[in-house]
Amino acid sequence: MLDNIEILVQAPVITLDLVLNGLLLGAIFALAAYGMALVWGVMNIINIAQGEFVILGGYVAVVMAAYGIHPLIAVPVAALLLYAIGWALYRTVIFRIVDRDLFTSILATFGISIVLQQLMNTIFGGNVRIADAGLGTVFLMNGMVSLAQVKLLAFALAAVLGSTLVVFLKRSRLGQAIRATAQHPRAARVLGIDTDRVYAATYGLNAAICGACGALVAMAYTVHPYIGLPYTIRSFMIVVVAGLGNLAGVIAAGLGLGAAENVAGFVFGTQYQLAFVFLLLVVVLVWRNRRLARKRGYLK
Amino acid sequence: MNAMLEVERVSKSYGGVRANRSISLSVEEGRIVGLIGPNGSGKTTLFSSIVGTHPIDEGVIRFEGREISHLRAADVARLGLIRTFQQTRIYGRMTCVENMLISSSQRGSSLFDLFRARNPLREKRAEELLEFVGLHPKRHLQAGSLSFGQQKLLEFAMALMNEPKMLMLDEPTAGINPTLINGVIDRLKRANEEFGITLFVIEHNMRVIMNLAEYIYCLAHGELLAQGRPDEVRNDQRVVDAYLGSH
Amino acid sequence: MSKSRRPLLGHLAILAIGIAAPLVFPAWQSQMAELWLFIVFALTWDLVGGQMGYNSFGNVVFLGVGMYACVVTQVGLFYQVSAYNDARGGGATIFTFDPRQYFEGLAIGLPVGAVLAALTAAFLGSLVLGMRGHYFAICTLGLGVAAGELANGWEWIGAGSGMVPPNPPGAIGDLSRFYYYLAFALAIVTFLGLRWLYTTRFRFAINAIRDNEDKAEAMGLRTTQIKTTAWVIAAFFLGIAGGILGNLKRFIDPIDTAFAGATFGVWMVLMAVLGGKGTLWGPVIGAILFQVFKEASWTYLLGWQRVALGLLIVLIVVFFPQGIMGFLRERFPAWFGHRVEGVKDMDAVEETKAR
Repeated sequence: MLDNIEILVQAPVITLDLVLNGLLLGAIFALAAYGMALVWGVMNIINIAQGEFVILGGYVAVVMAAYGIHPLIAVPVAALLLYAIGWALYRTVIFRIVDRDLFTSILATFGISIVLQQLMNTIFGGNVRIADAGLGTVFLMNGMVSLAQVKLLAFALAAVLGSTLVVFLKRSRLGQAIRATAQHPRAARVLGIDTDRVYAATYGLNAAICGACGALVAMAYTVHPYIGLPYTIRSFMIVVVAGLGNLAGVIAAGLGLGAAENVAGFVFGTQYQLAFVFLLLVVVLVWRNRRLARKRGYLK
Repeated sequence: MNAMLEVERVSKSYGGVRANRSISLSVEEGRIVGLIGPNGSGKTTLFSSIVGTHPIDEGVIRFEGREISHLRAADVARLGLIRTFQQTRIYGRMTCVENMLISSSQRGSSLFDLFRARNPLREKRAEELLEFVGLHPKRHLQAGSLSFGQQKLLEFAMALMNEPKMLMLDEPTAGINPTLINGVIDRLKRANEEFGITLFVIEHNMRVIMNLAEYIYCLAHGELLAQGRPDEVRNDQRVVDAYLGSH
Repeated sequence: MSKSRRPLLGHLAILAIGIAAPLVFPAWQSQMAELWLFIVFALTWDLVGGQMGYNSFGNVVFLGVGMYACVVTQVGLFYQVSAYNDARGGGATIFTFDPRQYFEGLAIGLPVGAVLAALTAAFLGSLVLGMRGHYFAICTLGLGVAAGELANGWEWIGAGSGMVPPNPPGAIGDLSRFYYYLAFALAIVTFLGLRWLYTTRFRFAINAIRDNEDKAEAMGLRTTQIKTTAWVIAAFFLGIAGGILGNLKRFIDPIDTAFAGATFGVWMVLMAVLGGKGTLWGPVIGAILFQVFKEASWTYLLGWQRVALGLLIVLIVVFFPQGIMGFLRERFPAWFGHRVEGVKDMDAVEETKAR
């Protein structure tokens, strides 16, 4: 471990490579976290199935790639499909738990995540899959820093999707209704907003965001039925660090997490990379809680 | 008479809003003291500051001569200074008796005491106090199923169960059926006389506080506006203006 | 029959069933042994999740710590743990244990596991029990997964290849019935221990924390201390359960057996919720029903059983969150002692207050 740190210090270019690649990955984390913040803020639900939505989107791209369709086309397709799935889940399950206590919503979405996980495992099998986009690699600094073009593409697409989403929430009728409902559901209802439809759209929108993320993940990285939970945890962590409704914070925290994870994977060894993510969550929460405890508050 | 509770130049702000500005007051042992003021004048904030719910920005708070400015809520309570809440707080899914049994004084007790066998004296005391507030027939109901007024009475009984030296009540008659208010006043006075508990009471109902308190402090906009005996405060032009005018 | 003796007879009946079951249905012995451990899982989860309102998804940490600590002790008393684990599957043949060594290791290993699990709970509790609600739930979820990932990378305890508990010496034959009775005894002890605990004021204290923690603090209860104690008690029993489970399964996978958040971790929550959170019998009933459902789905829904379990979670949480005991309490409050005494007419109560 210390040897690895020494390498990083002596060859900063390796650090640069790790950080840049991490930032590219972080954009996808930030996008998924933005979706989680949306559902959390508007519906007061923490969606544990977030990661499974991402992976499901990834499988859409994998399946399309298997039929020879370029994964880029899979991005909108996955988003649309996941919107439908999210909407259907809202109409069958989620609408019943919107006003319930948080334990119910966590456990119910946990249940959904298990169902999705197992369905994916049964349908697509337990192998690691990718959706090959057939792009090369960009080399910088005499080949010391390598960036896969597909990762750059995924990064750009995540940025485009994110900004589209922000504009949509600011400008469109539905976006305004969503924001109004987030601020004060009862007032929104009084003013004639059908909050039930807003919730359905919000949950669907979040699933769509995850779906698009997933297609990018399948293209630039890998998918597997059981790696959904880390995406959920990353999203949660990013939202906790950034705070609800803090877009700049979400982007910064997402990119930071991507970079930190990549560097940590190098330092501690990749077998500890997931442990790092989950321990980081614990550390972040404990640290936040300690800071609040000084004001005799607590995370709630 | 010696001051049981002393508050000296206490200030507290919340994100730019100064809820309490350099407030000084004292409550003498054995008395009933009132705290009045229009909505948003900082009364409940001051209560929370005193019992250690949140840290204060400046000033000193002393209880029985000992500084408690930096103590936490549980430790303040263990000194014998107990507060009740404006929006009643009881343990909704426990029965009234259970609410009482867990409310007995924690002064000098350790974690280990919680594992001791049941104490008949404590159980008797719980029943007596439930009788005192008129909840004895409902003592085996879940506290959450009681009406708001009854919950308020239960919270009062729980506070008495704690055998406090001083009890700080946040609007004990708010939300209580007007026909029952006299009963509440009567019980507060009895708690003061029979159990020897010093009372510090926030109250909006002027009739109640004039009837109950021997000395009154009035807050407005986070500052101490006036103090004195009830008739003095009632006739103080500044107090009248604060209530009728500019807020 | 006098009324007071009826519960005693009921308990004796359960005892008799527990003792006779593996003799009558030897084919179901391992499932029944697992059931007794599930009862321990559900009871200890409910102590913190139901009675205290802190919904933990990370109690598997204590299960796993107990499991590894017990097995490592069993091995480490007589051999080098690293050499044993390096030998992987072949280790069991090289490293043999005679009956005295085997039982000595177990007798020391189980308490070591329990104590280490309890210490882990004391340490983690001081860190995370200050958070509430969503944050506590997800933080413990993170703890559970992190522990599994760490064990998965730690070569000394076998890393991802897992660890095999010592093979019972050939002279004493198959020990699965022995472990069945050990699991049964643990379930009884845990049940009786918690039953006693719930007669003390400690139970009122954790119930008060569940209902209104700020109020409990304002009344002078040292809530952090109390919460940590409750978690430590839960961890202690879970630690022993871990030691037994490891030896029962004969193989410890870091993520699928020891720190199995996706299975045991969720199941213990589900069993407690199904039976009724915050009751003594609820988790027991929930565990029995769950084990029956699980085994039936394994038999009849092959390939889809985990999907069925996920659906079960959603259905129970959405449509039956109060659980069986909770449902009974809503319907028949008097059975649970919630009653009005001495007054025929409700209005009379209001009158007494008016005076």
